[in-house]
Amino acid sequence: MALQIVDLCVNCWACVDVCPNQAVVEDVPHFLINEQACTECLGDHAEAQCAAICPIEGAIVNELGEPLNPPGSLTGIPLDKLRELGLLDREAA
Amino acid sequence: MELPVISNAPSSGGGCSSSGCGSSSDAMAHLPDSIRQKVQDHPCYSEDAHHYFARMHVAVAPACNIQCNYCNRKYDCANESRPGVVSELLHPDQAVTKVLAVAATIPQMTVLGIAGPGDPLANPARTFETFRQLSDKAPDIKLCLSTNGLTLPEHVDEIAKHNIDHVTITINCVDPEIGAQIYPWIYWQNRRLRGVEAARILIEQQQKGLEMLTSRGILVKVNSVMIPGVNDEHLKEVSKVVKAKGAFLHNVMPLIAEAEHGTYYGLMEQPSPTPEQLQALQDECGGDMAMMRHCRQCRADAVGLLGEDRGAEFTLDKLADMDIDYEAAMQTRQEVRENLLEQLAAKRAGAPAAEVTALAGVPADSRPVLMAVAAKNGVVGEHFGHAREFLVYEASPKGVRLMGHRKVDLYCNGATDCGDSGEGGQPAGSILDQIIHALSGCEQVLCARIGFEPWGQLEAAGIQPNGEHAMEPVEDAVLAVYREMSAAGKLAAPADKLNKVA
Repeated sequence: MALQIVDLCVNCWACVDVCPNQAVVEDVPHFLINEQACTECLGDHAEAQCAAICPIEGAIVNELGEPLNPPGSLTGIPLDKLRELGLLDREAA
Repeated sequence: MELPVISNAPSSGGGCSSSGCGSSSDAMAHLPDSIRQKVQDHPCYSEDAHHYFARMHVAVAPACNIQCNYCNRKYDCANESRPGVVSELLHPDQAVTKVLAVAATIPQMTVLGIAGPGDPLANPARTFETFRQLSDKAPDIKLCLSTNGLTLPEHVDEIAKHNIDHVTITINCVDPEIGAQIYPWIYWQNRRLRGVEAARILIEQQQKGLEMLTSRGILVKVNSVMIPGVNDEHLKEVSKVVKAKGAFLHNVMPLIAEAEHGTYYGLMEQPSPTPEQLQALQDECGGDMAMMRHCRQCRADAVGLLGEDRGAEFTLDKLADMDIDYEAAMQTRQEVRENLLEQLAAKRAGAPAAEVTALAGVPADSRPVLMAVAAKNGVVGEHFGHAREFLVYEASPKGVRLMGHRKVDLYCNGATDCGDSGEGGQPAGSILDQIIHALSGCEQVLCARIGFEPWGQLEAAGIQPNGEHAMEPVEDAVLAVYREMSAAGKLAAPADKLNKVA
């Protein structure tokens, strides 16, 4: 059981500092989660800490590949607006 | 030539003309000597110092603990100049190397700030490691930081320990209902909080941090982003509150919101304030405290004098080839600094201290006039076509004062530079239209030289180009033009805007 960082990540370090398991590692082109170390914060926190601070929608996904912060959930930009601007498909891809 | 320059009488109430806003002589006139001593060579705090002293930011603080609707964490563009944008993130050791190299190359560099690209206090280990090394290796450099304030109270002790005597807090509201329209979420005590609750906590922390800092004698400047229809009216209240809690300077900045920046406000087409709206609000807030007019809203990795950016000279690969003897550099820096402070003191002494002096020969009921100046190093030294910004001054029978600056360069030089599809480079005519629009409200534009084509179009738009005062000190030139206008009988008209911009 582990979360994953995908290539939407902007390498802002926020998750590195808040992970209780030091599971986030600096890498190129983007940070990665060590799946051996990641517990999804179960037992430590009510929310997975990386996903609770990550500013980028879609950058952190669960084992099923589902984003913990889906489009529109952090910025508050309506989905229709994202679709109209052509930003929805790119983010979801 | 004796020229009156409006200074800032502290006590009289109401409006910018009477207190606390920028004149080039000294916007700090009302402050105690101890504070003035601290800010006299700080380009971001002292308006006249910013012509002489340089600053730099190091981008060691990428993480952030809140989201602001005017910010987008994805953006990195070398051609863009605005807060939150950087080209190269640095580790503390790299940042220290860069600071020493810049300080040795630009001896008038007095100030090192950490301002992002995230929030310095959301990156406490990287931020304070940088400060710790610098206070050891470069003790002559002033340290400061700029924060959203969320974790400020828990870091005040550490800030005091590192001898950081200037802190900027961005405070956009003191009302959580308004805050909820500016901040979609905060990260607080291991949870992502949203809405009014999140805004309430952020505001409480900011206010608490402000009080803690000022009670320890640490200087606090407050930055506010003016967001029309969201917090514009409210910022007058903010100004009163932060002044009461001891902030010494309030910097009201215009919202930057372009769709291509990808911010919430940019994509949702939230309008930015016009220069006139910004100035009107600054004037209203100015009745309550010192206002700052010379802010350039610089990048989180800016290097050099305000309004210029020499960051490209100090990239990591270039630093590797530099050989720095900081002991020797510090000697030079000391000499340069003393020399500049002497020049500055002479300039400050030349201006009347606290009284507003009537402008001889100009009738007292003459209307005020706004003039734009293509300035370079304090003189009318820039060609119209080369100007990336114009300083806007108001001349009136009381003298001259800086009202702000207007950027005329695009943040990116056409969308093609940024890799996005777009309409590409713009024809010169459309840039001129934008400049004319940016100068709305101004009746004169002073520059070193100007071409035939823009001259005609400016004139047609009601803005008189003026190249007669090339290389004169800016304030002298503005006053000279004002006198000329008076002599020509142009100042008797009511204060309506003469130029209308389509």
